Amino acid sequence: MKGHGGGAAGPTFRKGDVVDHAANGFNPTDVLRDFDYGKTRKLASGRTLREWEVVAQDKEIEVAPGVKYPAWTFNGRVPGPTLRCREGERLRVRFVNGSEHPHTMHFHGFHAPEMDGVPEVGAGLIQPGQSTTYEFDADPFGLHLYHCHAGPLAEHIARGMYGAFVIDPKEGRPEADEMVMVMNGFNTNFDFEGNQVYAVNTVAFHHVNEPIKVSRGELTRIYLVNILEFDPINSFHVHGHFFDYYPTGTKLEPRDFTDTIMQAQAERGIVEMRFKFPGQVMFHAHKTEFAELGWMGFFEVS
Amino acid sequence: MEAKGAAHGQAGVRRGVLARVPAWALGLIPLALIAAALVALLTVGGDTLGERRGPPVEDLAVEQTVLRPGEVELTLRNAGPDPVEVAQVFVNDAYVDYTTGTQQVGRLGAETVTLDYPWQEGSPLLVTLLTSSGATIEHEVDVAVATPEPDGGFYGLMALLGIYVGVIPVALGMLFLPFLGRVREHWIRIFMAATVGLLGFLAVDAYLEGTEIAEESTGAFGGVELLFIGAALAYFGLVALDRFLRSRRERADAAGAGAFQLSLLVAIGIGLHNLGEGLAIGAAYAIGELALGAFLVFGFALHNTTEGLAIVAPLAKRTRPSFARLAALGLIAGAPAILGAFIGASAYNPEVTALLLGIGIGAIVQVIVQLVPTFRDRAGRALYPASVGGILAGVAVLYVTGLVISV
Repeated sequence: MKGHGGGAAGPTFRKGDVVDHAANGFNPTDVLRDFDYGKTRKLASGRTLREWEVVAQDKEIEVAPGVKYPAWTFNGRVPGPTLRCREGERLRVRFVNGSEHPHTMHFHGFHAPEMDGVPEVGAGLIQPGQSTTYEFDADPFGLHLYHCHAGPLAEHIARGMYGAFVIDPKEGRPEADEMVMVMNGFNTNFDFEGNQVYAVNTVAFHHVNEPIKVSRGELTRIYLVNILEFDPINSFHVHGHFFDYYPTGTKLEPRDFTDTIMQAQAERGIVEMRFKFPGQVMFHAHKTEFAELGWMGFFEVS
Repeated sequence: MEAKGAAHGQAGVRRGVLARVPAWALGLIPLALIAAALVALLTVGGDTLGERRGPPVEDLAVEQTVLRPGEVELTLRNAGPDPVEVAQVFVNDAYVDYTTGTQQVGRLGAETVTLDYPWQEGSPLLVTLLTSSGATIEHEVDVAVATPEPDGGFYGLMALLGIYVGVIPVALGMLFLPFLGRVREHWIRIFMAATVGLLGFLAVDAYLEGTEIAEESTGAFGGVELLFIGAALAYFGLVALDRFLRSRRERADAAGAGAFQLSLLVAIGIGLHNLGEGLAIGAAYAIGELALGAFLVFGFALHNTTEGLAIVAPLAKRTRPSFARLAALGLIAGAPAILGAFIGASAYNPEVTALLLGIGIGAIVQVIVQLVPTFRDRAGRALYPASVGGILAGVAVLYVTGLVISV
């Protein structure tokens, strides 16, 4: 699909322009199915302890071909690693601040206030070169997220400090082809009024150039998170198909059977679907402005 | 005297040292030293101050916009101190494919960017250039209309427009000449005063329009100062022309030549003004903002016939000039509107327009200076009730007729 769009055929970056993923250090196609399970060991009580180390880093990334954005990242990528665990486990996240700015890691989920990762509570702001460990239970199961909570909050989020946080239910979910889509954007001119680039997993129009390969008839599960800053809502729409939607993933029964959902900032949900037809299936934000500014892609069904 | 003599003697000693050096060499030595110092500053001096403290300043200006079906062509000019690299472009919040020579535009450099975008007639366009640093440079097209192709039909239309708004009205105004020949001297002075009021109005109008247009300029080649540079050029140019004509006249000693010369200067001043007027009309036509039709032609006719009157007023009490000379005066005053329309419609550029409007202002001011003595009363006063009434009447006529047209 390289070179899709142009003129009345729809939005596109300049034909032939692509982002240098190697220089960025991550490829959105890999980010899609990259789940970070950390390291586990059994505690004396028989419970599983799951541990991660996450490092904050300042890094310039190419968010659209030729457009460099001075991002603040978790583990050098935007979105940060998709941390995945199982309901009931004990979680320990060691956070090291390798950035030049103070940061925190604030998780959505049950936890004590001192583990909340906000300034002036518990460990509070983690200064450059400092580290801390956040510890809490994997509760409740569902699809959550984490992000930096240092001030100014909008800037710390907009700069790229966020990631998906998946807690699988004890009994697990049905076998599926799973992927993570973090809907984000970049206010490249820093005017704090909307964004110039919209995407899933950072690189705009990436899945127009590299469609997501999926199998016809197979259960496909999308962990969909909206972290878009400066715009109040985002949305997700798949062409030619309907899907089950589990808001926040905290119930095992779908709430909706639809082809379009909307999410406010930090809202998230699980999309489950089976592709019926082979070929190119488009998906995009049905806030069409976002779609035409980069939040658009294709599934390649075979 | 003593002190002066001593100082003179000292200077004489100093001069003695350099006396053998020829004057041209004395001029050349500082020039060479300045050149060497500049080269040294350029190569070494800059480094001693270090880099700029802030991020690069990215300043791209759109000099020209050409709309063709399914295509928007922008001519960009880097008006800032640093090179700018256009990475991507979006129009009305949708990324578009584009072609360009080079993405990086150097300081004062220009580049053409052609966007593949199915724009709709009559709708506004907001083009956003996204630079490599993520900065955005916006360019607005108020109403999208296909840019006229500069073919034969187009030039014909512009010529017709120029004739309608420039040549015909001026010629009509000149028909007052026989009438002016009959009225009393006192009334001629009032007409001359009215001409000054009229020209003053045109100058102020051109200044206001010029400053507005200069604001749109990229800044790379200056803005409002172009208006003043143009005015100075025209003013001193016409002063020189006037002196030249005077010296010839003295030799020829032809009766009535002085009056004709004054008419010629008025015609040139008005001609330069009409160049600017044609430019505004042509530019408005190119972007589809000009309501062509009866109202425009009627309005300009009403407005510009007064200009014809101003040209012939100095000739009122003189030997009747030949028809050829009158026709020449009419063309000098009216025809520049045609040229202005061509330039305005095909190569509109705020800098050039500001400069041309400035030239018109300078010419008018010079003509006013020439005209004031012609309505002095016997006591030598320029301002007396009748002349003030005339000046105000001139202003009022243009104000009222100007309400009819708005370009």
